[in-house]
Amino acid sequence: MSPSRSEFFQGVRASLPIVVSAAPFGLLFGALAVDNGLSTGEAVLMSALVFAGASQMVGLNLFSDHVAPWIIVLSVFAVNFRHVLYSAALGRRMGLMRGWRKAAAFFFLTDPQYAATEARGEGRVPVTFAWYMGMALPIYVMWVGEAWAGALFGRLLADPAALGIDFLLPIYFLGLVLGFQSRPGWLPVVIVSGLASIAAFYAVGSPWHVSLGAAAGVLVAMILPPQPGGVDAAEVRP
Amino acid sequence: MNGVFWGVPVNVWTILAAAVVTYATRIGGHLVLSRFKTIPPRVDAALNAVPAAVLTTLVAPAAVTNGSAEALTLAACLILGLRLPMMAMFAIGWALIVALRALGL
Repeated sequence: MSPSRSEFFQGVRASLPIVVSAAPFGLLFGALAVDNGLSTGEAVLMSALVFAGASQMVGLNLFSDHVAPWIIVLSVFAVNFRHVLYSAALGRRMGLMRGWRKAAAFFFLTDPQYAATEARGEGRVPVTFAWYMGMALPIYVMWVGEAWAGALFGRLLADPAALGIDFLLPIYFLGLVLGFQSRPGWLPVVIVSGLASIAAFYAVGSPWHVSLGAAAGVLVAMILPPQPGGVDAAEVRP
Repeated sequence: MNGVFWGVPVNVWTILAAAVVTYATRIGGHLVLSRFKTIPPRVDAALNAVPAAVLTTLVAPAAVTNGSAEALTLAACLILGLRLPMMAMFAIGWALIVALRALGL
């Protein structure tokens, strides 16, 4: 196999756990979308163009409440604001991509895509367009297909809670957090982000606890004395 | 909302606008940061902290705002995850949440 083909399939392999754990949410979105007054086509369109699960769910809640469209758009923006941080951090991993490929890659920037790309870059393995899209495309195609299937068979998931499916994402995200434990300042950052997000969750409410909690953790990292072991500026240059 | 604007349902306009702002968040951070020639050490430290900081905020409230089955599962996964590979922890965590909920916790 050519190098880029084998990298593509490495990406596909990395996508499999994500495809499996996102499937219930993709189906649930489709089912809830129809429940909340969207047509099947609109549900598929939203999964295909927005491609960000949590924000799609928040948007659905509002569609049924007859709120002004700009409030829906603003809420989606708030939930997705964390991508600004991913995007800023990931540019330095995408040095091998140019032009439209880079612009396309950013369209597929989800939480797991970000975490896997960071991890690959940290292991000094080149982050190529082939690998990146190998991971992104199966997740994307399945996500869009699940919106359609979920909308058609609204009751496919009779009782997701009994199967623990609704709680798989926090477990998955916890695993990702632990994967970064060797980074400088990891423990103080995690403790502060955790406490701040809980405080913000009660004080301001979801989805702002994500941006506020993360900002608190990042602030701690900036205040801590610089430690060796970080990424040096030479490899960071865009 | 069932209105139509320029022949297109308002729902579709809303979805298109949501897509535009979402893509803006995905490329915006990079476009702003790529204007720096080199990255100052503090900014670099901040960027290194982003993944753990953001992902923690998706976990911590889930640990305290659900029931005891959810809190126990995440506590166990936290301890297991420090030693075990990701997928092993994930599988044990999944089994644990199903078992604890079945027990009525």
